[in-house]
This record gives sequence, structure tokens and C-alpha cells, in this order.
Amino acid sequence: MTNATQPAANADERIKEISRFRKALIRPELGGIVGTVAVFTFFLLFAFDSGMFNSQGIMNWSQISAQFMIIAVGACLLMIAGEFDLSVGSMIGFAGMLIAIFSVTLGWPVWMAIIVTFAIAVSIGALNGFIVVRTGLPSFIVTLAFLFILRGFAIYLPQTIERKTIIGGVGEAAEGDWLAAVFGGKIFTGFFQWMGDAGIIAVFERGTRKGQPVVDGLPMLIVWAILLVIVGHIILTKTRFGNWIYAAGGDAEAARNSGVPVDKVKILMFMFTAFCATVFATCQVMEFGGAGSDRGLLKEFEAIIAVVIGGALLTGGYGSVIGAALGALIFGVVQQGLFFAGVESSLFRVFLGVILLGAVILNTYIRRIITGER
Amino acid sequence: MNPEKAPIIQMQNIAKHFGRVIALAGVSVDVYPGECHCLLGDNGAGKSTFIKTMSGVHKPTKGQILFDGKEMHFADPRDAIAAGIATVHQHLAMIPLMSVSRNFFMGNEPVKQIGPMKFFDHDYANQVTMEEMRKMGINLRGPDQAVGTLSGGERQTVAIARAVHFGAKVLILDEPTSALGVRQTANVLATIDKVRKQGVAVVFITHNVRHALAVGDRFTVLNRGQTLGTSQRGQITPDELQDMMAGGQELVALEDSLGGTV
Repeated sequence: MTNATQPAANADERIKEISRFRKALIRPELGGIVGTVAVFTFFLLFAFDSGMFNSQGIMNWSQISAQFMIIAVGACLLMIAGEFDLSVGSMIGFAGMLIAIFSVTLGWPVWMAIIVTFAIAVSIGALNGFIVVRTGLPSFIVTLAFLFILRGFAIYLPQTIERKTIIGGVGEAAEGDWLAAVFGGKIFTGFFQWMGDAGIIAVFERGTRKGQPVVDGLPMLIVWAILLVIVGHIILTKTRFGNWIYAAGGDAEAARNSGVPVDKVKILMFMFTAFCATVFATCQVMEFGGAGSDRGLLKEFEAIIAVVIGGALLTGGYGSVIGAALGALIFGVVQQGLFFAGVESSLFRVFLGVILLGAVILNTYIRRIITGER
Repeated sequence: MNPEKAPIIQMQNIAKHFGRVIALAGVSVDVYPGECHCLLGDNGAGKSTFIKTMSGVHKPTKGQILFDGKEMHFADPRDAIAAGIATVHQHLAMIPLMSVSRNFFMGNEPVKQIGPMKFFDHDYANQVTMEEMRKMGINLRGPDQAVGTLSGGERQTVAIARAVHFGAKVLILDEPTSALGVRQTANVLATIDKVRKQGVAVVFITHNVRHALAVGDRFTVLNRGQTLGTSQRGQITPDELQDMMAGGQELVALEDSLGGTV
């Protein structure tokens, strides 16, 4: 026995030294970084003089990317915790509609409409999560049900109350509202004015706004996106709760055996996803000054695709918020870039499908490297 | 085993009935600190029911559990863990996609306070993990290495080291070697030996007599829900253990027909 019980003193000769390349490969963000570099290189080469990279162009695709980012952060943390939420898109439509109904039809102050809407949306997220952990049903099915339920209400409510599917007039109601400005306002306007004066960004040549910069500030939408990405990344990688998110998605049973409150983690992630969807909805309502029943259509899938491009595994337990944010950036840049480059916009969907397939195949390969499966 | 010490856990006359099935019919076992107590038995002998009773999963139908001399009533496994009874399952202990360090501290994450926020203290976790793994004879490439890259034996060792680090006084190992190769088994047995020397009571469940004899101090054989007594190391031969597990006669007859290879 003495020989056999000797622990291996040196590195195991049967394990090959891991190469730097392979080590880089198992970072979840890798796909997102490579994709981002590729996409920017492509459009810098083929669409540089189309206006895509002047101040309006940058603001254009940044805003689209920020929209994707906001819902991708929620979807990312939820997917790492081992669940899906297919009701994100419907939640966007439903939450936006609630804000419009509360503030315009019922005449509540906008701040109250927003707070009550957040409370309702997050409660529905909790209900989603509660049903999933209680019944043990796949979240795919439970949230698919809510995809239809919430979309149905988003159409039914305005139809019954106002006999139309679009409710406008939120813009006027939100005038001077402190909370509306948190979602619909712009910051750093002085800085943008300075950049306009200094000739760094374009200014209006004539008209009533002569001398003002065309892009006059950083929209709160982008601020929210950056904030959510940073907070999500810190929670996931730097806190004990983040460890529980990984554990809940990696193997719920093993996590429970180690004392991780798996059900609580999952329900909280469903609530966070609903929160992100409502942030998206509120920003959109404030931007357009109204809500439409069809808002947020297919957004759940776009969020999931951004997350998968960002390196997360569909089976849970592995992924990165930064990766998901890069996935969202790729989305925004390509969607708007094709427009700037004058390519037929339907090709965007072809691109989506292709990149999704490529990302999933890459992720499966990476998973085998991490777990040492063959 | 040190006979001057008091037993850390005493299972007295434990009976467990599931409906009409009598899984355990009055089993008594004492476990002392620093000993490796092997619980042997064939499939269906009641080993699993017995250790699940010990770890708080089942409540005994009859009998008493004394922990450190005091009678205990575990409502659920959490109570048993809090008292210092840890179970390492053959599966369901580690998460392959997570790093060794994240696994090691899963559910017990160290935190450091920065301003109003509490953060996962990765430096401390990494340092402790590397140190504990080195003690157990596992050389990691780094604390961020995924558990999935470890062998089955190494995973068992990480799970054992984790249980001991977090204060287990009684460590129940549920067939830790049954799915392992020869060398990995040797590593796990070496780990059991190290843990025992730290004063932890190890309850080692197996149906492999050779594995049991390699590290065991005392041996209790279960057969059809009853104990056939506890024997000291050196007072029993492998053949006797084997016979007791199988219930005697049939295996002797079988062994003869196979030329003594069972």
C-alpha cells in the first residue's frame, strides 16, 4: 500500500500542459471579443464614409446596442442560473402599456405610474420563478405561457379602455417629472455642447437650433445599459451571491447539498429579468412618448442570442455578463451597420441565425475543454 | 482508535421501517474520534438507510442517536451538518463547470467588506484552496482550474477536504471508491488516512472488503437490516468479512465452484 498511497508529488504526466491559446479559449467572453473586433473591422472597412462613425451614427448604433444590453444582462444572469425567460418581449410591451395607461388614461403622476409598473412587473417575474421552482417544470414552458398571457393583456387593455392599440401622450404627461427624466433624459449636455463648439462633433448649420450639437447628450438608456452591465458583472464574479448563481445553474442538487438556497436564487433572477425588461420598456415609452401593444416583439430571443454569443451555455452554470454585453454590441452594430451600408435589412436575420449557430457550436466545444469531456 | 476517548456518535438500537418493509431492525454502532469505521454490507443490506439516519435524512422508527454523549433529534440534514456530521456523496458533490476554489467555498463563501458592500474574498479562497489541496496531495494548475478537469478520485478528495475544512467531526463517505480505478482508489484511501489522523471520525461505507481492510480500524457488517457485530482490525480476516457480508454459506459454495476468486 505504501507505494500506492504516495500522493503524486509532481504534475501528472498524463495531463498535457495547457497552452496559452486554449487557456484564452475557455474564457467565456472570447467569442464576444472576437466577434466585436470582426464586426467593427468589417464596417470600418466597408461603411466608414456612410456616416456610421460620425456622432449621429455612433449614437444611433450605441442606442440600439444599449437596448439589447439591458435585456441581455437579465437574460444572462438567469441563463447562468439555469433558466430561461421567454416572456421578456411580452413583458416589454405589457409594462410599457401599463405606464401609458396609468399616466395618460388614469392621469397618475408619471413617477407613480413607473414605480407601480415596476412593482407589478417584478411580481410577475417572481410568479414565473415561483411556478418554475415549485412545479419543477422547465422554465421554457412556464415563461412561454407568460409570453402569450402578457402579450394578450398588452393588446386587450388598450383595446378595451381606449379602443386602440397605441396610447400616446406620455411625453406631455412626463414633462418635468423627476423619475421620467431618469429613463428618458440626457446627461453630459454641457460636454456635448463643448464638443460641438470645439468642432469635434457636428452642429446644426441653420434653423432654430443653429450652433447646437446634433447629438446633444448621452441618453439615459445608454447610462442604464452601462450601469446594469457593471452591476451584473460585479454581482456575478465578485460576490457570494454570484457564486450561488453559478452553482444553481451548474448543478442545482449539488448546490443544495452545499447549503446554497437554489430556489431563492432562481426566483430572484426571474425578478431581475423582469426588472431589466421594465427598464427597457420605460426608456422606450419615454423616448417615443407613448406605448404600443406590439412593442418588444421577439426581444426574448434576441436577448438569448446576445447571451449565447457572449459565451454562456444554454444549460446554465457558465457565462459572462461582459460577454453578453459584447453580444448585444455586435447585434446593434450589425443591425444598424447593414442599414448604413445600404444592405437589405432582412439580411440581418440571416446574419443572426448564422452567428447564433456558430456561437452555440463554439460554446459546446469550449464546454468540452473545461469539463475535460471527450 | 483511542479507547480512552468517548465515542463521538453512538447509534443505539436503530430501527427504521418503511411501511411494511423493515429496513433496519435494531442496529447499534459507536464511532470514535480519529477512527475509520467501515460499514460493510451487500446491496440492500441497509447501509444507505443507516447512514441516512445518521445524517438526518431519515428519522429512526426506534432507537437513539447520541452525539458527544447527548441525545440528538435531527429534523433534516442541515441540523446534522450544523452539529458536525458531513456526508460526501459519490455523486452530487461538485459542480464540474466551476473552479475548484469556487466549489470548495460553495455555500460558505468568505466575504470581505469594502465600504457598504460585501465581496467574495477570492484571494483568501484561492489561497486556502491551494493549501488544502496541497495537504491532500493534489497539485492544481491553479485555484481557477475547473473541477471538471479533475479525476473522480480527486473530486472525492476535494469534497472530503472541504467537509473537514468546514469543521466536520464525523465524516460519512458513501461508497467513495466504488466507481474509481485502482490508483484513484488508493488516493482516496490515503485521504481517509490523513483525515483520520486529524481526529475526525470517518464512517466509510463500502462493499469492497479490500478497500475496507486497507484503512479501517473497526468493521461493522450489516446484513438484511441487522448488524453481525463490530470487529477490530487484526481480529478478522478478509474471508470472514466476505462471508459475513454475503450471509455465509451460499458464497462459500459459490467460491468453491469458482476456485476462490470472489
